[in-house]
Amino acid sequence: MKKYIFLSAIASLAFISCEPEFDNSIEEGDFYSAGDADFSNFVSVGNSLTAGYADNALYREGQMNSFPNIMAGQFEFVGGGEFRQPLMEDNLGGLKLNGNVIQGNRLVLAFNENGTPGPQPLAGDPQTDITNQLSGMFNNMGAPGAKSFHLLAPGYGNVAGVAQGTANPYYARFASSAEATIIEDAVAQQPTFFSFWIGNNDILGYATSGGTGVNQQGNFDPSTYAGNDITDINVFASVYNDALSAMVENASGGVVFNVPNVTNIPFFTTVPPNPVPLDQPTAAGLAQLFGAYNTQILPAMQGFGIISEDEAAARLVNFQPGEGNFVTIRDENLTNISSFLQNPPLSLPEDLANIFGQLRQATPDDLITLTASGVIGNPVGQLEFMGMQVPLINGVTVPLEDQFVLTPQEQNTITQAQTAYNSTIEALANQNNLAFVDVDMILRQVSETGIPFNGGVLTAEFATGGAFSLDGVHLTPRGYALVANRALQAINQTYNADIPQVDVGNYRSIQPSNNVD
Amino acid sequence: MKKLVLSSLLFLAFASAYAGGYRVGAQGQRALAMGHSGVAVVSNAELAFFNPAGLVHLENSLNVSAGVTGVFSSVRYQNTNTGAFSETDSGVGTPFYFNASYKINEWLAAGISVSTPYGSQVEWPTDWAGSHLVNEIELAAIFVQPLVSIKVNDYLSIGGGPIFVTGSVNFNRNLTRSLVDEDGARSNVEIDDSGITNWGWGASFMFTPTDELTIGFNYRSEIMMDAEGGDATFTNVPNSPAVPAENGVTPFNASLPLPAEWSIGASYQFSEKFMATVEYNRTLWNVYESLDITFPEGGAPSINPRNYKDASIYRLGAQYVVNNRVTLRGGYYIDESPVQPGYFAPETPRNDAMGFTGGFSFNINEKLAIDASFLYLRFEETDASYDFYTEDGQQVPFGGTYKSNAFLPGIGVTYKL
Repeated sequence: MKKYIFLSAIASLAFISCEPEFDNSIEEGDFYSAGDADFSNFVSVGNSLTAGYADNALYREGQMNSFPNIMAGQFEFVGGGEFRQPLMEDNLGGLKLNGNVIQGNRLVLAFNENGTPGPQPLAGDPQTDITNQLSGMFNNMGAPGAKSFHLLAPGYGNVAGVAQGTANPYYARFASSAEATIIEDAVAQQPTFFSFWIGNNDILGYATSGGTGVNQQGNFDPSTYAGNDITDINVFASVYNDALSAMVENASGGVVFNVPNVTNIPFFTTVPPNPVPLDQPTAAGLAQLFGAYNTQILPAMQGFGIISEDEAAARLVNFQPGEGNFVTIRDENLTNISSFLQNPPLSLPEDLANIFGQLRQATPDDLITLTASGVIGNPVGQLEFMGMQVPLINGVTVPLEDQFVLTPQEQNTITQAQTAYNSTIEALANQNNLAFVDVDMILRQVSETGIPFNGGVLTAEFATGGAFSLDGVHLTPRGYALVANRALQAINQTYNADIPQVDVGNYRSIQPSNNVD
Repeated sequence: MKKLVLSSLLFLAFASAYAGGYRVGAQGQRALAMGHSGVAVVSNAELAFFNPAGLVHLENSLNVSAGVTGVFSSVRYQNTNTGAFSETDSGVGTPFYFNASYKINEWLAAGISVSTPYGSQVEWPTDWAGSHLVNEIELAAIFVQPLVSIKVNDYLSIGGGPIFVTGSVNFNRNLTRSLVDEDGARSNVEIDDSGITNWGWGASFMFTPTDELTIGFNYRSEIMMDAEGGDATFTNVPNSPAVPAENGVTPFNASLPLPAEWSIGASYQFSEKFMATVEYNRTLWNVYESLDITFPEGGAPSINPRNYKDASIYRLGAQYVVNNRVTLRGGYYIDESPVQPGYFAPETPRNDAMGFTGGFSFNINEKLAIDASFLYLRFEETDASYDFYTEDGQQVPFGGTYKSNAFLPGIGVTYKL
C-alpha cells in the first residue's frame, strides 16, 4: 500500500513540475532582441509630451501612460531597467505653490443638464505643492512648458524663480539643485539610451496665443524672449545640438522626435471660422450696419489713401441669414483706421471706431482657437448707430481679438520656424545615427486620414477622435501609445532590435466625468 | 500514509485550478483511473453516475462509493506581437462524488448519486491583457439524482431518475479594454449568484450478452441554469452619463446551459485478472450559443457569443487485479474541444486535450477499499483568438498563444455490505 501511495506522490510531483511551457516563451528573456542598443538605463528628455501631460495638466495616470513609460515597459523585454518618473501626488493634476493653486486641475468631458458635452476641470483640491522637492534621479526628465533653450538654462528648476516666471514649476519639483539644468540632470544619470523630443513650445505658445507673441528671428538672446515668442532658428539649432550632443556622448543610442505642425491639432481645427447662425431680422440689422462699413467707410478710407484697394476688398463684411457666417476678427496686419474714423468727416464715436479699426471677416484660411468657443456669440452690450440699437456680439459686431485667431500670415511664420527646426532635428539625428520619429508626418496622417488600430481609427477630431486630449494640444494615453509604438519601430529599424509594440486599444482616450464644480 | 498524501498535496498547492471548459470529468476514482470510462463497468457504486442500469448487477446489497479530486491546473497566455503574457493563478478545485445503492431484490435496486460534473475556476491576474473578457470565474453545480435500476432479463437492465441541480456563479471582468474612473482604476463588474436550481433527468441501459462482455449506454439531459436577480456589482465606473453603468449593485439575469451528454461503451473481461474498456461520449455543447448577461433595472446588456459545437471524447481503459488486495488501472482519452475557431475565450480556454490516467484500489478488508486515481491532461499549445468582443460597435479580437495543463489526483473509498 505505502509503496503505491509513494509512487503516486512521485508521479504527482513529476507531473506538476511540468507547468505548461510554451515552445518559445517570451518570459525566457531571449525571445526579443535589443540589437545594437543597451536599454538598461533609459532617460527621456523633453517637454509636456515627454512628461505625459494631457487635458491641460500633468496627473498620475497621464504620467503612467507617458510615451517614455510605455516604451520602458517594452524595454523590459530586452534588458530595460526601472523607469522612475516624478509622479504627481494625485490624478487631479493641479499645482500649488506654498498652498496657493498656480495651475488648475485636468479637464474631463462633462455633460450639462441638456446632455451637451464639454471639457471642464475635474473637481477637487490638488495635493501637489511644488515646494515639496522629490529626491533622487528621474528617468523621465520631461518638463511641461520647456522650450529648447530651457534644457540648458541654469536655475530653470529653482523653485524660488517660479513665481517670477524664470523657472519651471514641474522641473522645480525634481531638479537636483536650484542651479541645475535639465541636461545636466539627465546626463548625470549616465543614460545608456535616451529619448529626446524638444522644440514644440518654441512655436506652440505663439500659436495657441493666436500669434500675440513676437517672432524672434535675429534675436540670439533667448533670455529676452517672452513666453509666446518664437525662438530664433539659429538659437534653436545651437541649443539643440549642444543638448543632444551631451545626451549622445556616453549612450548606446537614442530616439529623437521632430516638431509637429501645430495648425492641424484640434485646438485650431475644432472651432470653424464660420460658426455663426443668423436669423432674418438679425441679418437684416447687420446688413445695415456693415452696409455702411462696406459702402461708405471702406471706400472713404481708400479714397483718402489710407488703405489700398486690396485691403478695402479684404475688409468687406457679408452676413447672410442662415448657417455658416464667418466671424469678424481683429487682424493686426490691417491698417488701424480707428483714429481716422473718429476724425471728420466721419467723426464716429470712439467705441464704434474701435470696432471697425482693424476689422475684417474671417476666411477659410483663418484658424480659430478652441478657447474662442466660449467667447463667440456671447452678447456684450449694445451700441447706438444711426438711431439703431446694435447688439454687441462677440465675433459678429465685436471682432474676435488677435488671441483667438491665427491668421494665414501668423500660420506662415510658425511653419517657417517649424520647417527650420525640423531640418535641424533630422540632420542631427542622422549625423548621430539616432532613431528618428517623424511626428509631424504621423500627426498629419492622424488629422487627414486617421490611423487605424485594433478597435477603431485614431483621428484628430476633438473629444471623439481618440488621439488628442481635451486641451486640444496634447495627446491622450491612446495617442501617446501610438507615438511609443512608432518610436519602437524606429528603434527596431535603426538598432537591429526586436522590441514588441503595445496594443494601442488598451490605452484610453478622453475621460468622461461629471465630477466638476 | 496520511502524511504522504498531505505533503504531496501541499507540493501541489502552488498550482492553480482546473480550467478546461466547465465539464469536469472526475465522478469516480475507479472509472477515472481507466480514462474516465465507466458506462460498461460493473465494479462499485460509481455506476450510479456512469450507468445506473448496472447498479442491479452489484453483488452486495449496500454499496457506497465516495471521493474527492483535487484539480490543479494552469493556463499560460502570451502574445508575441505585444509582449503581453499571463498565467492563471487559482485555488484548488475539488469536485467530489457520493454514490450509493441498495439492492431491494434480484431485479430491483435503488440508489442516489451526488456529484459535481460541471464547474470551473479560472483566475487571471487582475487587469491582465484579457481582463475585458474575464478576470476570474467560478462556476459550481451539484447534481443530486435519486435512481432506480431494474433488471429486465438476464441480458438487459435499465436505470435512471430525476436530477436536481443547485449551482452558483461568480464572474468578474473589466467593462472595456481601457475605461477607468477619475482615479485611473479600471471599471469593473462582478456578477454573483448562488442557489440557482433546476431539474433534469438521466436514463441508461446495460446489456450483458455474455459473462465477459458488457455494453452500456447512458444519457443525461440538458439542464439550463437560469440566474435571475443575482447581484451585479459595478466598481470604478466614472461618474458620467456617457457610461452606461454606475457604481453599485444591480440585479442581473443570465443563463448557462449544462449540456446533455450521452455515453456508449463496452468492457471485456479477458481473464479473471484483466479487463479492458472502450467508451465514447458525446456532449451536446451546441446549446451554448451565447452568454448573455442582462440588467433588468437598466444598463447595457453584455452579449458574449460562444457558439460551441457538440464534442466527442474517446476513452480507453484497462484494469489488472494484482492480488486480492491490489488492483491497478490505467487509461487514456482524447477530449475534443467544443470551442470553435474565433471563439476561444480565456474564461474557458479549452482546446483539444489528451488525458493520461492511472490509479489503484487497495482492499483494506472485505468491505472497505481505498480508490486512488490521477489524471494528467495535456493540451497542445494553441494560437487562438476570441473575435466577438465589441467596443464602440467594432469587433476587437483578443488573441495569442495559450498552453494549458491540468493534474487531478483523486482519492475515494468503496464500501460494500
